[in-house]
Amino acid sequence: MKNKALTVAAVVCAAAMMLSGCGSSSSSSDSNIITAYNSEPQKNLIPSNINETGGGKPADLLFARLVSFDAKGNPSNEIADSITPNGDATQYTIKIKDWKFANGQTVKAENFTKAWSYAANAKNAMICSSFFNTIAGYDDLQKTSGLKGTEQLSGLKVVDDKTFTVTLSQPDSVFPLKVGYTAFAPLPDSFFKDAASAKAFGQNPKDGCTGPYVFDHWDHNKEIAMLKNADYNGSRKAQNDGVTFKVYTSDTAAYADVQAGNLDVMEAVPAAQTKTFEKDAKVQAYNKAGSVIQTFTIPASLEHFQTNTEEGQLRRQAVSMAIDRSAITDKVLSGTGTPTLDFTSPMTPGYSKSLKGNEVLKYNKAKAKELWAKADAISKFSGKLTFSYNADGGHESIYKAIVNSINNTLGSEVAATNPMPTFNEFRDAVTNRKIAGAFRTGWQPDYPSAENYLFQIFDSKAADGNGSNDGDYKNAEFDALLAKAYATTDTDEANKLYQQSEEILLKELPAFPVYNANAYGVASKNVKSGFAMNWQNLPTYEKMTKK
Amino acid sequence: MGKYLLRRVLQVIPVVLGTTLLVYALVFALPGDPVKAMFGDKPVNPAVAAQIRAEYNLDKPFIVQYFIFLKNALTLDFGKTFSGQLVIDEIGRAFPITIRLALMAFVFEAVFGIIFGVISGLKKGKWYDTVILIVSLLLISVPTFVTGFLGQYLFGIKWSILPVTAGNDPTFIDLLLPAMVLGSVSMAYIIRLTRSEISSNIAEDYVRTARAKGMSNRQVMLRHVLRNSLIPVVTYLGQDIAALMGGAMISETIFNIHGVGWLTYQSILKGEGNLVVSIVTLLMLIFVVCNLIVDLLYAALDPRIRYA
Amino acid sequence: MTDMTTLPGQERYVAPLDETPLQDVDKLDETAPASSMWADAWRTLRRNPMFIISGLLIIFIVIVALFPALFTKQNPNYCTLENSLGPAAAGHPMGFDFQGCDVYTRVVYGTRTSLSVGLCATILVVLLGTIIGAIAGFFGGWIDSVLSRLTDIFLALPILLGAIVVLQMFKTNSSIWKIVLVMALFGWTSTARIARGAVMEAKNLEFNTASTALGSSPMRNLFRHILPNSLAPIIVIGTTSLATYIVLEATLSFLGVGLPSTTVSWGSDISQAQTSLMTNPMVLFYPSAALAITVLSFIMMGDAVKDALDPKSRTL
Repeated sequence: MKNKALTVAAVVCAAAMMLSGCGSSSSSSDSNIITAYNSEPQKNLIPSNINETGGGKPADLLFARLVSFDAKGNPSNEIADSITPNGDATQYTIKIKDWKFANGQTVKAENFTKAWSYAANAKNAMICSSFFNTIAGYDDLQKTSGLKGTEQLSGLKVVDDKTFTVTLSQPDSVFPLKVGYTAFAPLPDSFFKDAASAKAFGQNPKDGCTGPYVFDHWDHNKEIAMLKNADYNGSRKAQNDGVTFKVYTSDTAAYADVQAGNLDVMEAVPAAQTKTFEKDAKVQAYNKAGSVIQTFTIPASLEHFQTNTEEGQLRRQAVSMAIDRSAITDKVLSGTGTPTLDFTSPMTPGYSKSLKGNEVLKYNKAKAKELWAKADAISKFSGKLTFSYNADGGHESIYKAIVNSINNTLGSEVAATNPMPTFNEFRDAVTNRKIAGAFRTGWQPDYPSAENYLFQIFDSKAADGNGSNDGDYKNAEFDALLAKAYATTDTDEANKLYQQSEEILLKELPAFPVYNANAYGVASKNVKSGFAMNWQNLPTYEKMTKK
Repeated sequence: MGKYLLRRVLQVIPVVLGTTLLVYALVFALPGDPVKAMFGDKPVNPAVAAQIRAEYNLDKPFIVQYFIFLKNALTLDFGKTFSGQLVIDEIGRAFPITIRLALMAFVFEAVFGIIFGVISGLKKGKWYDTVILIVSLLLISVPTFVTGFLGQYLFGIKWSILPVTAGNDPTFIDLLLPAMVLGSVSMAYIIRLTRSEISSNIAEDYVRTARAKGMSNRQVMLRHVLRNSLIPVVTYLGQDIAALMGGAMISETIFNIHGVGWLTYQSILKGEGNLVVSIVTLLMLIFVVCNLIVDLLYAALDPRIRYA
Repeated sequence: MTDMTTLPGQERYVAPLDETPLQDVDKLDETAPASSMWADAWRTLRRNPMFIISGLLIIFIVIVALFPALFTKQNPNYCTLENSLGPAAAGHPMGFDFQGCDVYTRVVYGTRTSLSVGLCATILVVLLGTIIGAIAGFFGGWIDSVLSRLTDIFLALPILLGAIVVLQMFKTNSSIWKIVLVMALFGWTSTARIARGAVMEAKNLEFNTASTALGSSPMRNLFRHILPNSLAPIIVIGTTSLATYIVLEATLSFLGVGLPSTTVSWGSDISQAQTSLMTNPMVLFYPSAALAITVLSFIMMGDAVKDALDPKSRTL
């Protein structure tokens, strides 16, 4: 009887497999190639032309940099042999190890200086050019006409094949971390031959691969495939035979494929599944504190909400305390986020749960009402605080919850959502300062340092379109603390300064931390070991194996 | 007839000009700046942005951009996307998949729509007429993203009968579920249309006459009732085939199909003018051809309609 | 241009004028049957249970839409995450949705928005589509060409593109009219195609030939005879598309180009509920059921009216 039932089951299974054209699933379980969730890169695969995850995930595996980070974000030298600052962190001497590009060419100091100059040169229209803006000579390469594209950054000097020096236009103690970002990868001699070779490289960067994997092929809108780099000697050695990044039209489709065993790993979970994915027997789940911070910003000079007036500060504190962050992370995010207590993330060195004044980030209905009433006593606010966000990014439920929470606390007509259909429209409104209300902001770090979260978003030098300080917040005291941190090469000392600067932010609330997005995702049952997420909320692809 | 065809073909020229201009204007009027958005949350480097604008002619006035596009289109150069891909390649990758998907959805909705519609129309008021009415009603009043999601979960994950997603180079089986989801709403429309037409034609005098002449019931149905009931149905189907190609956005997204609907959606979000205009123009040409076929079918279905 | 001698396909014998006293026939044809057609229809309708049921339902739905406060005392926009996806409780017969809003209250308050969007869009679309389609089908020739090619252009335009642009142009005005406008702008084409086909079919029927022979003007023919006889498929498409427009509003809200978020509608609630489909399907069920019942009432009403206007289909 039992045997018969088994036979029937086997026949049914076989029929189902034939129907589903089992080719893909059988090949993916036999080989040790990891298939991973991705979107089509926005531009191409030139490292300095990538600033989003579609291109960033493959690029991180293909291109080694001077330093690399382990899963926790701790830096270690990769191609660099040593990175030595001078006393005030304005000049660095960099020595490199013996390292080879995939085409056999040895990595020379020149491959770094030329790659960085290429990226900084406006003529080459690289999206990440501003990453190089602290290197001396950057401004000379920002002319809109007259550049050939081959001009070099004057701050970079090749000493010999294995050594070069970097002169910065201002002290920058985090520079040794910055060079771990993909845009700082070296490029091979063949890249610089002419414009056509650079363009070809963007489509097929095989020659320039220095990382744990070597580029294999790119089928546009379908997949980017890479194979294990046998010559790689760094700390990120691949435990599998390759990674294939598949382009998905939606996270829902990808999740279904992980459940069915057709896709091995994804670093997202569709909204419909966040409640259940950790209990889902068809997948392996991962969900731990992550490095992304989600905030919203109210422009520093918005009437009734100025960061430098008493009324504005009261209102900002009232709004912040009217938001029930833990209800949002529990109910809306189903535990895939953590309420914030500072302006960085639990994965960032120097993160603190006990900053002075962090009670403004905690829900306190009575206090919020009281502060709001105090502000109203100074000057009555009868308008509506609108919350703008792009509707194509899945932020709707968060902002509905924030608005409901504020209205339930401060009065039913205080806040309203204002979705914008596309990211294009939203960013345009933000950069043109057209939003008279709160708008969605957030930060995914480029390198693991509090500086990356603070300078780019709150320093006056990053305001007025020169950085990501989209609320145009300006505070001289804050700027001075950051400048001090830049000049110290002692990390602990720097972290203390960052914490002090955050205490200023907690008082004036130029932006409102809402939650830290967890690093969470799922892997298929085919993956036998190595599934975890790193400090960038991305899977540790190179550690995963199906054997 | 030949003259009629020639006239229809010549009419395509102003239609193409009108469509491209209209779509180009709409894309131009899209709020937001695609170049700024490329920098994400990061600061916009004005020098780099200027380079990119110049490369895509985005620094020129609208009408100049349009004429540059038209001029290049005459030499079959439809420009490139912001990622540097040729528009023609992008379309070449997406169309074959979508054509397969749309044709399958089309056959599905036509066959089942007409069959259920005929059953329903002939047996009006019977219990299965009611069941068909309620099912078709459900298909219409539940959005596709829900039917698609449920179908994927039930057939793909829970029962493992059909593939969960279509993926790259989808086969017939891969596209079966997406095609059914895509065709379901239109099928409901066709059921309703066929039912109403059959039930009104069945009472026409010519049916009685045919019966009185001793024609078999089957022949009456096929030769007279069905043929006479199909005009609105054919009209609907004719315009639907092109709508299926352009409007498959939701089913393509759910089932991971990199087809035209998805491509259109993405390029609208990113403000990819050249791509949107090229896709819409191509879709419009398909509409024109389908409508021509429908108009010719009118004449075949109803001998009284003639074209000079 | 269409007179009795050049009507396409017309090759039938027409009695010479002097043999038939034309004026007498015309007089008879004009008043008596026309008025009795509607009276007849009304008499039939009154006896049709389908009409009565659907009529009562529609009256009920309209009352809910006009006076939602009669059915609930709660505020549909009071939502608190404490109640997120909570089960039905006293005073909350349908439980709570993802944001912790009372589902029953939202279904009640959503009626007005959804019904007005659906009805306005449908009426506009049917009017616009029927007129354009009928004119194209009836007159043929270059008028048909121009109108049909215009239809082709609009059919090809992606509604999302149009919606984003149109809604952007009226950013400040947050009424439902801009949604209706978008739907009408992009929806009239399919009705126009159907109407054109139906009119082309009807204009060759014998009664048209007859009334033309009796000296009726083309315009009069179109509106008095041909259109009423072509109404069946238009009514079917119209009543069915009511649902499509309510659902389309959901899709547009989902894409962020819909109604402002303070406006309660079934459509946006359905699209919100999609994320809770796996764990709490009832949150999706209630607004969908309200939508389905509304659509069913209108479809039944449409069928009843169509049957009454078209006496032939009743006889079986």
